[in-house]
Amino acid sequence: MAKRIGMEVSLAVAEAVKLANTDVIAAYPITPQTHIVEHLSELVADGELDAAYIPVESEHSAMSSCIGSSAAGARTFTATSSQGLALMNEMIYIAPVLRVPIVLAIANRALSAPINIWNDHSDIMSVRDAGWVSVFAENGQEALDLTLISFRVAEDPEVSLPISMNIDGFTLSHFIEPILIPDQAEVDKYLPPFKPNLKLDIKDPISIGLLGAPECYTEARKATDNILWQSKNHVVKAFDEFNKVFGRQYHVVETYRHEDADTIMLMMGSIAETAMTAVDEMRDNGQKVGLVRIRLWRPFPEEELLASLSKAKHLAIIDRHAILGCSSGPVGLEVKSLLYNSNLKPNASNYIVGLGGRDVTRDDFKYIFEKASSGQVQTRCEFVGVYE
Amino acid sequence: MRAVEAVYEKVTAKNFPKGPDMLASGHRACQGCGEVLALRLLLKALGTEFIAVSATGCMEVCTGPYPQSAWRMPWIHVAFENAAAVASGVEAATHVLRRKGRGYNQRIPVVAVAGDGGTADIGLQALSGALERYHENFIYVCLDNEAYMNTGIQRSSETPFMANTTTSPVGSVTKGQYTWKKDMPAIAAAHHIPYVATATPAQHLDLMTKIRRAAAIEGPAYLHVYSPCPTGWRMKPELSVEICKLAVSTRIFPLYEVLDGRYQINRKVDNPTPIADYFKVQGRFRHLKENDVAVITERVNADYQRLVDLSEKFPVENPA
Repeated sequence: MAKRIGMEVSLAVAEAVKLANTDVIAAYPITPQTHIVEHLSELVADGELDAAYIPVESEHSAMSSCIGSSAAGARTFTATSSQGLALMNEMIYIAPVLRVPIVLAIANRALSAPINIWNDHSDIMSVRDAGWVSVFAENGQEALDLTLISFRVAEDPEVSLPISMNIDGFTLSHFIEPILIPDQAEVDKYLPPFKPNLKLDIKDPISIGLLGAPECYTEARKATDNILWQSKNHVVKAFDEFNKVFGRQYHVVETYRHEDADTIMLMMGSIAETAMTAVDEMRDNGQKVGLVRIRLWRPFPEEELLASLSKAKHLAIIDRHAILGCSSGPVGLEVKSLLYNSNLKPNASNYIVGLGGRDVTRDDFKYIFEKASSGQVQTRCEFVGVYE
Repeated sequence: MRAVEAVYEKVTAKNFPKGPDMLASGHRACQGCGEVLALRLLLKALGTEFIAVSATGCMEVCTGPYPQSAWRMPWIHVAFENAAAVASGVEAATHVLRRKGRGYNQRIPVVAVAGDGGTADIGLQALSGALERYHENFIYVCLDNEAYMNTGIQRSSETPFMANTTTSPVGSVTKGQYTWKKDMPAIAAAHHIPYVATATPAQHLDLMTKIRRAAAIEGPAYLHVYSPCPTGWRMKPELSVEICKLAVSTRIFPLYEVLDGRYQINRKVDNPTPIADYFKVQGRFRHLKENDVAVITERVNADYQRLVDLSEKFPVENPA
């Protein structure tokens, strides 16, 4: 039987990597991701996880090593944050097109400057075009579960893509929560050993990473795009099968009290827990407000999002990253673009909150609700709570 | 086990490997390319059971325009500066999967190949990390053609003093490259890895034997291979092999090994050929005056003497 244990969320992610019987971990320390790889190195040191732990000299080499180990057929994991992900950037764009499954946990943290170790989504948003499957966890249980699910999706022979599992730095990564730790037997049932479609095999040699001239570069990009879109079905299947084994059902988009809501607040990550409390309080005051949370960010869950927004009159799209010099944050841009091509026309405005670890409170959501439900559309995103 | 005890078969004229050539013919290297010659010989010496990792560069571009590939062994190219890091991941994977009984049933050498820019400049950090981590089946080959040839002959930290390149041009107030060649084998040796060696494709048996030795040793090995580039050196293509011999006989590129931190010079040069002979056939040195040659000669001799001193003070201890 699974056991419910009070555990730091970072450690729970590491426990999931252990339960997945991961073969290779290549990692470099960076706050706030460090507890994940510290715990993994302990598990390897104690013989609880039989893996190669490569203590690389940079995040660039971490992802380079991960590409190499995955190409050699090893189940591969790494974790990073912020500047580390930025340093990986070059490799992040290469991994999906080489079709190497890698699970990357990102404890999301603000990008410099100014240097800041606290939470927002600027790190992951800087690589949103790269071709990775990308999921966001809301709480500790989800972080552990999504780590296991990530291996299953990434290594699905019909997907074979890298995947980033995002947890908010500190506000999720460093919290101690009651978490159900699954049994090894259950995990083994859910997650078969990694059998790559192709690998570096001396009996059947292949070349990986050849030069793509103008005659084939577009085709390589388009092929990866096709696979990434198709991966949504495999994510849904992995969610459903996870439910069959573990009894917890996930969806690519989650909703909360949205059925009869005039105003919807849309967001990603752990702030949705605070937002749900704010929704409850506003509902108690008779305000018709609901919440939509994106769990699967890439591929972008278009149909599910449109279904969740079908009755909204007012829409507040909440971002934790600002695209400087652009009218909206990334979630704002993509949701508004989606709406433009649909027959839904809610009054949509975009709000930037919680940059660099600024607290996002129930009052912030109430403020956003008041602004959004007024029906006035702001063409440019609003930075909420900026000190004058 | 000490590196010096590793058992390997020397390549000789009599037992020269018949093949197959693991680097297929039909690649797109320039006429007279010393780099692709060295690469072919190195890979031929290794047999058929190894994995290769390439850095971006001439050897990667000229061998692998999709859908063609000249690489007959499992091969991966990811980017420019990270061949050592990619090879680290491949090596770790083969190691752990073998331990877990999931493939790679034997020890498989993982060979990373990069140019001088991909090694001594942009790839130095990844290489240092890999050497320091002491991967067991890891061989790193630097094919040094002394500039960024793939992008059009720009200077690197391996470009020799006063060489003319497109970013160390000879001008009215400058004489080309103003820095001395970075001593990469010494940097590799400073990681206290079991094996460091220099080689050229002209001394081909020595070159091939050295990679066999590297493969037999448990622990990381670094090979620094002098690789003439007629295009970039402004030299006749038929002189590629000759220039290797001159580089050794002038003491510009000494052939030596560092085994377990101890030194062995493979070709002693007691009476060096005048360095001017080396310079005069290469357009990149056409601007050198007599006093420039004298300055370089002094430095080359001092560097060579330091190597001799090391080989005398810390000689390789061959097993009884």
